Amino acid sequence: MFKLTRRKALLTLASLAAAVAASPAVQAQTIKIGELNSYKLFPAFLEPYKKGWELALDEINRAGGINGRKIEVVSREDGGNPGDAVRAAEELLSRENVSLLMGTFASHIGLAVSNLANQRKVVFIAAEPLTDKIVWENGNRYTFRIRPSTYMQVAMLIPEAAKLKKQRWAIVYPNYEYGQSATASFKKLLTNAQPGVQFIGEQAPALNKIDAGAVVQALADAKPDAIFSSLFGADLQKFVREGNLRGLFKDRPVFNLLAGEPEYLDPLKEETPDGWYVTGYPWNEIKTPAHQKFLAAYQAKWKDYPRLGSVVGYSTLYTVANVLKRAGGPDTEKVIAAMKGMEMDTPIGPIVWRPIDNQSTMGAYVGRLAKKDGKGVMVNWRYADGAHFLPTFEEVKAMRKE
Amino acid sequence: MTYSSILIQFLNGLASASSLFLVAAGLSLIFGVTRIVNFAHGSLYMLGMYVAVGLAGQIGFWWSVPLAALAVAGFGALVEALLLRRIYGAPELLQALATFALVLVVKDYTLWQWGPEDILGPRAPGLDGAVTIAGNRFPEYDLFLIAFGPLVLAALWLLLKRTRWGTLVRAATQDREMASALGVNQRWLFTSVFTLGACLAGLGGALQIPREPATLLIDLSVVVDAFVVVVIGGLGSIPGAFVAAFLIAEIKAFCIGLGYSTLTLVIEFIVMAVVLVIRPWGLFGRKPVLPRGPGAIERPLTPPSRTVITALVAVTAALALLPLAYGGYTLVLMVDILIFALFAVSLHFIMGPGGLHSFGHAAYFGLGAYGAGLLAVRAGAPMEVSLAFAPLLAGLGALVFGWFCVRLSGVYLTMLTLAFAQIIWSIVFQWDDFTGGSNGIVGLWPAPWLASKTAYYYLTLVSCVAAIALLWRVLYSPFGYALRAARDSPTRADAIGMDVRQLQWAGFAVAGLFAGIAGALYAFSKGSISPETMAVSRSVDGLVIVLLGGIQTLTGPVWGAALFTWLQDTMARNIDYWRAVIGAVILLLVLAFPQGITGFIAERLEQRRT
Repeated sequence: MFKLTRRKALLTLASLAAAVAASPAVQAQTIKIGELNSYKLFPAFLEPYKKGWELALDEINRAGGINGRKIEVVSREDGGNPGDAVRAAEELLSRENVSLLMGTFASHIGLAVSNLANQRKVVFIAAEPLTDKIVWENGNRYTFRIRPSTYMQVAMLIPEAAKLKKQRWAIVYPNYEYGQSATASFKKLLTNAQPGVQFIGEQAPALNKIDAGAVVQALADAKPDAIFSSLFGADLQKFVREGNLRGLFKDRPVFNLLAGEPEYLDPLKEETPDGWYVTGYPWNEIKTPAHQKFLAAYQAKWKDYPRLGSVVGYSTLYTVANVLKRAGGPDTEKVIAAMKGMEMDTPIGPIVWRPIDNQSTMGAYVGRLAKKDGKGVMVNWRYADGAHFLPTFEEVKAMRKE
Repeated sequence: MTYSSILIQFLNGLASASSLFLVAAGLSLIFGVTRIVNFAHGSLYMLGMYVAVGLAGQIGFWWSVPLAALAVAGFGALVEALLLRRIYGAPELLQALATFALVLVVKDYTLWQWGPEDILGPRAPGLDGAVTIAGNRFPEYDLFLIAFGPLVLAALWLLLKRTRWGTLVRAATQDREMASALGVNQRWLFTSVFTLGACLAGLGGALQIPREPATLLIDLSVVVDAFVVVVIGGLGSIPGAFVAAFLIAEIKAFCIGLGYSTLTLVIEFIVMAVVLVIRPWGLFGRKPVLPRGPGAIERPLTPPSRTVITALVAVTAALALLPLAYGGYTLVLMVDILIFALFAVSLHFIMGPGGLHSFGHAAYFGLGAYGAGLLAVRAGAPMEVSLAFAPLLAGLGALVFGWFCVRLSGVYLTMLTLAFAQIIWSIVFQWDDFTGGSNGIVGLWPAPWLASKTAYYYLTLVSCVAAIALLWRVLYSPFGYALRAARDSPTRADAIGMDVRQLQWAGFAVAGLFAGIAGALYAFSKGSISPETMAVSRSVDGLVIVLLGGIQTLTGPVWGAALFTWLQDTMARNIDYWRAVIGAVILLLVLAFPQGITGFIAERLEQRRT
């Protein structure tokens, strides 16, 4: 037994010595950030996202880093499933010794990594996941989330929906947690705003497998006054084409979560439906100085326009930089304390990190779709500040089991 | 539903059926003649879509369709001549592995060539509007598709019944060896059939672009749908594929029309399970001719020699000492490798010596994981108890589904295992209150005394080594020998009084139980589980591992698991196009070692000895 222990101690010493000898002084000063995402499964959203944080990384290090220390992002493919993602996160933590984690796209992967962060006691800043659960039902003190959640984005559309005073609503959503919770939130919030509203004809096709013709016909059969959809990606494109062809959207207002995001809007081109109410990101029309600066830098570096993912990636890495500055270094407890209530700027407006649930108040643009030169654009848009569309502190307290 | 909406949904079903038939017909043709389960068929379809959508901008949609179909046909011919032709001598499953590797390569090529964004094609010129039918608008293009499907069916029917080539194809489909013995040039026949099948897949993809965007996710979803159609219709039967496509598409359309849209997630698998339980060879299929000749019988597994056993013990001892030298991530990766090794060994148990090729083994891995998760989170059981009892759920599941599966044989059995796996998956995916739905269950961590990486590593090492040793021991027990007898010659085994079905059923349940152990260990090592734990992709991973290692060897699956997991881990970290690289590595291994890596080494050792 003693022999083994001694050998272990010797080995540890030797490897320590090797590590010290191998790492030059510069490396000791960099702060390593672990990033992981499903780059292969969702490239359309995540390539712009990566370009976003790469731009931020350039800027932060050019401006001198964090109190003189450069930051380094160690980025990993998470394999598109929770098991591999947890392994990638473990690798970042134990082999790369990163100070904190950021990233993920799909909700179930975000939740799995958040759960790991809680177990390993490291900070995790969820970038893309929209699920409400990551900060509420399954929230934990180590997990923070930047994007406005499903609930918040639904809430942003409610004022317009209630204003129309439509009685009969049909709903279509992809059959998994995001679509289900968007639908549940929409029903709850619209009923509050407009008592007596009816929900008829619900359609829940499997994600990426919508049988658009049949769904459109079934919705038309229900004879709704208005439609609420949370479709996106290929499902949305099929739905829009069939709906246009079959006249489903004629004289019928449609609300579609996320459809104004360039990732989902741009492929629609000629087919873009007129007048839909959407949340999104009208990148070429936002004239605030913060956004102009971001846009110019992004286009200079990448020769491409930013998508919403770019803003998310950019802002997530800036969150990391700001909180490290505020905390004076990567110590986990100090970082958590510094995140609470931290205020910062993003290309789309100032945000605050709420102390109660670790959710940022990042908002989204709410507007209507239109066609311009054969391309989809958002018109009559406004920025909806996330701070106004969050549940009250009491409601959040009840949901978070801490 | 009103009469007019019933009519429209019926037409919707017909339009979808035509699309489905085109891709299924090609798959069925290829399988009928070459016996290759062509995973890459969905990739050919996807290539057809991308080529057509790319050309449509320049030369118009209608010209782009035949050109895309021809381009894909050319690609198919190349694949057959350069790749598949070299491995016709290898076991059939290995050919499936090669086509799976092709899926990975084509996917990354498509991403590289056409970029990540979905591309929505133009509407079809001339058919870009809608007509009014019974008061509803119906797209003109869908009417065209409704007519086009039966036209292709008629053309294929004429080709198969009225030409000499068709006669040869039918002869080869019915009895390949007899056709060959009568002097039919197999090479030429195989190439032409594969080319025609690829052409149909490309045509199906190209014709779809006015209806849906070209996306990178379409390949696997299309190929699974096509398999279901082909199997329901009966392998190799073109009219069968047509009827099955019609059946599936109509059932889906009416599920949606009647307001049961959530059923569309799984309805095709339910239909397939029902059809196979009632008609074991599909609607129009015939009982396959058993392959004759010496090639088919596998060499029996010899018990490992003393040297091999010593080597295995030494490897285990080295693994036990591993935490002294390495900590942190090495242990995390090793835990994954050990778990997948056990999963692969349990799959090998039923596939190799058992002879039942399961395409749904992940279901039992997942049931073990969910059993652990539900016991720990829903019932509040301690982790040790959850871990101990969870595999029983997997064993029970395998017992129930195995009863049905062992009544079938060949590809039909394989597809029934897939159907059951998909049905379990969809229950887990949709039962939010109990299983956590698509997000799964979070917060499953080992008990404090097992929480450290080293402690959990030892737990996994002891459990997996013990389980693998036990499974291997069973292979050399009377039960194991009986299982192999049932595989090699069911009739003879039957004649000497063995109950073949009972044996296979028991083997299936044992394999499920041990996969469940791997699943339960997996759940606690990750801290959370989601439906992906039991998705098709994990079953495919299992198959790949077993085949890479060598299906007719004892220890192959273990080395396959180590190689595959390590490869995935390293490639994903260092290379952008890691999928293509893994695909290429698998292709190289298949071409160089058609008997698997371990099989190859064993053969070499044998040669040196003699």
